[in-house]
Amino acid sequence: MTATAPASDNIRAKAAPFPKRHFLSVTDLDPVEVAAILDLADLFVDLNRQKTKKIDLLKGRTLVNLFFEASTRTQSSFELAGKRLGADVVNMSPRSSSISKGETLIDTAVTLNAMQPDILVIRHASSGAASLLSQKVDCSVVNAGDGQHEHPSQALLDSLSMRRAFGHIGGLTVAICGDVAHSRVARSNIALLTMLGANVRVVGPPTLIPAHAERWGVKVFHDMRLGIAGADVVMMLRLQLERMQGALVPSMREYFRLWGLDREKLALAAPGARVMHPGPMNRGVEIDSDVADDLKVSLIQDQVEMGVAVRMAVLASLAARLDNR
Amino acid sequence: MSLAPGLIAFQNARMVDPASGYDGPGAILVAEGVITRVSHGANLDGLPADVRVIDADGALLCPGLIDLRVKTGEPGNEPKETLKSAARAAAAGGVTSIVVQPDTDPVVDDPAVVDFILRRARDIELVHVYPAGAATKGCQGKAMAEIGLMREAGCVFITDADHPIIDSRVMRRILAYAGGLGVLVAHRPADPWLTAGAAATESEFSGRMGLSSEPVEAETIMLERDIALAGLTGARLMVDQISAAAPLASLARAKAAGLPVIATASINHLTFNELDIGDYRTFWKLTPPLRGEDDRLALIEAVASGLVDIVVSAHAPAPPEEKRLPFDEASPGAIGLETLLPALLTLYHEGRIPLLRLIETVTLAPAKAIGLAAGRLSVGAPADLILANIDTPRLIDAAMLTSKSKNSTFDGRRLQGQVLITLVDGRVVFGEP
Repeated sequence: MTATAPASDNIRAKAAPFPKRHFLSVTDLDPVEVAAILDLADLFVDLNRQKTKKIDLLKGRTLVNLFFEASTRTQSSFELAGKRLGADVVNMSPRSSSISKGETLIDTAVTLNAMQPDILVIRHASSGAASLLSQKVDCSVVNAGDGQHEHPSQALLDSLSMRRAFGHIGGLTVAICGDVAHSRVARSNIALLTMLGANVRVVGPPTLIPAHAERWGVKVFHDMRLGIAGADVVMMLRLQLERMQGALVPSMREYFRLWGLDREKLALAAPGARVMHPGPMNRGVEIDSDVADDLKVSLIQDQVEMGVAVRMAVLASLAARLDNR
Repeated sequence: MSLAPGLIAFQNARMVDPASGYDGPGAILVAEGVITRVSHGANLDGLPADVRVIDADGALLCPGLIDLRVKTGEPGNEPKETLKSAARAAAAGGVTSIVVQPDTDPVVDDPAVVDFILRRARDIELVHVYPAGAATKGCQGKAMAEIGLMREAGCVFITDADHPIIDSRVMRRILAYAGGLGVLVAHRPADPWLTAGAAATESEFSGRMGLSSEPVEAETIMLERDIALAGLTGARLMVDQISAAAPLASLARAKAAGLPVIATASINHLTFNELDIGDYRTFWKLTPPLRGEDDRLALIEAVASGLVDIVVSAHAPAPPEEKRLPFDEASPGAIGLETLLPALLTLYHEGRIPLLRLIETVTLAPAKAIGLAAGRLSVGAPADLILANIDTPRLIDAAMLTSKSKNSTFDGRRLQGQVLITLVDGRVVFGEP
C-alpha cells in the first residue's frame, strides 16, 4: 500500500479530543465543538469516497455495539465507522439472549466492562438508559438512541447534511413534522438546531406533539400547510404503525392526507427547500415516494452517507480523548 | 432493645402538644405506660424517689409520630423490609405507630392476615403496628374484601394502596358498606387510563427528558369522582397523597360543602419537585409522581392551613434490583420513616409552617383519623412520645439508615433534627435515657 494519503494527515491533525468522556446528549457540546466535529466529519466524507477508506485512529481499540432495540441503519453505521477507523467491533443484541434471562442493563454493563472495551455504543428502549450505563462503566459511552429522549449522532448527521446543502445552519427554517412526541430524533434535533441558530418549527396533530413543546424554543403548528410554509428544510419523522390505528391518529389515509408530505404541500416550502427523513420511511404514510426519491429535493441518501462520517468523527474524537488520558 | 416501663420524668423541655394547642416549657411524668402528670412549667415537683429524671435541656417533647402510610415486605417480600426492620426504623425516626399497607403477598384482605401482622408486631415489641385492610379482594378493585371481619380483627382503615379502584360502582359500594360500619376508606386518586405507563408528571421537563408522563388532571378527575361518591354515600374518605394545586381546589370545595373528607400529603411531595429527578434518578420516581414547584408550594400552604390534614412518610422500600434500572422500568417509591421528622422540620426552619401545626399533622391528626388515644400529651394518654433536638444538623447517609432497603430521597441531603428518645407505652424503644 502507498504512503498515507494527505487526507489522513489532515484528519489526524484535526481530530481534537472530545470535550467529555461520554456522548450522551447534544447538550454535551457547545456550538464551537459541534462545528469542529462537523468539520472533521467533512474530511471523513472525503475519505469514505476513496477506494481505501481506512485510517488507523482507533487501532487496537475495541468498540462494542450494544443494541437492545433492533436497528439496521444506526448499528451498521457505527459498525462501519468503527471498522474504518481500525477498531475491533463487536455487535451485541442482548434482547435475544441474557436480558430475557432476567439480567438487567446494569448486569450486562458490568459484564461488558470487565472485558475492557474502549467505547460502548448503546441503544435502549428506555429514556436515560445510556446515562445510567455511563455511570457504571469505565469506558466511553455513546448514546445511539435512548427511548424517547435523545439520538445525538442523528442530530449531528442531520446538521452536517444541512450544512453541506445550504452552507450554514444559522437562520435556516426547519420544520420537523410528524410524531414529535415519541421521537428522540426530534428532541436531539430541536436541541441542536436551536443551539446552532436555526428557526425550528414542530408540525403535527396535537396527539403527537409533546405537552408544553412551545416552551422548547420552537413554534408549534398543527396545520401542515402553515407549518411548512416558507421552510428551508422539511424534516419528516417516522410514525410507528401501531400509533396510527385509532390510538393517536384515526387512520393511515387520514394521516397522509393531513400530515403526509407530497408535492403539493412541499410546494408551499421555500424555493430550493430540501426534504429529510431519519429512516426507515413509511412510504405513502408520512412521505410520498415521489418526494422521497427525488434527489433534487431529498437529502435522505445524503443523511445515510453523513451518518457514517459523523460517527467516525465522534469516535475519533472520543479516542483522541482516551489517547490523551 | 426496649426497656420495661417504669417511672420516667421529662423536665425542662419545649413541650409541643397539638391537642391542647400548647407550645412552651413543659414537663411530663410517665408511669405504667401512660402519661400521669403534665406540667406547663419547666419542672415537676414532688416526684417519687425511684423516678428516672431526664433533663431535656430545651429539646422538643411531643407525642410520638403516627404514620398512616408505611409499606414493608412482610409478608411475602422480606428481603425488602420486614415488620421488624420497619419498626426499628420507625423507632429511630420517632414514629411510635405505623399503619402498614395491605398490598403484600398475600394481600391483607382476610382477618387471618390482619391477625398475623398484629401477632408479629406484638412479638417485635417496638412500635405499634396497625394493619390497613384491603378494600377489595386481592386489591383487584372488583369484589369487596371482608371489611367488617378485618375491622374486628384490628385493621384501622381500608385501602387498595397503590391500586386505584377503577370501577365507580365498586367504589360506591365500598364507601357505602364501609361507611355503614364506620370504617374509614382511603383511596389514592389516579385515573388509570391517563396514568397508564407514566413515570413522571406531564411537563416541559418530562417532555424534554422523553419520559412517559401523566397530567395532574389524572388526579383531579379521580378525586372529583371520589368526592362525589363520598357525598352520595356519606362515608368518611381519606384522600391518599394529594399532590398538586388543582386537586387541592377540589378538596377545598368538598370540605367547604361539609363532606367528611380528609387528606394526606407525603413528605416527598412537600420537599421535592419534578426537577429533583435530575439525570433519571430513580429514587425520585414516586407515585404520585413529583409535581412542579408551584404544586409543591400549594401543598405546603394546604398543610399549613389545615386543608391537608395529615403528613405521611409514604415509606416504600425497594431493593437495588428494583431501582438500579432505567427510569421507566424502576419501581416507584422511597423509604421515609427515619427522615420524616427532620424533613418536616425543614418546613419549620424555613418559616413556612409553625411547629405546633407541623407536629399536629403527624400526631393528633392521624390519631383522630383512625381513632387512636395516642397522639396527645394528656393525662391518661398512652406514653407514646419523643424527645428530639430540632436543631441538630445532619447529613443524611442512606447507608446509615435502619431500613433494609436504602432508597431514600434524602440521601446526601442536609437536614436538621435528631430524635433522642422514643417512648412507646412508656418503654424506651430508641435512645438512651
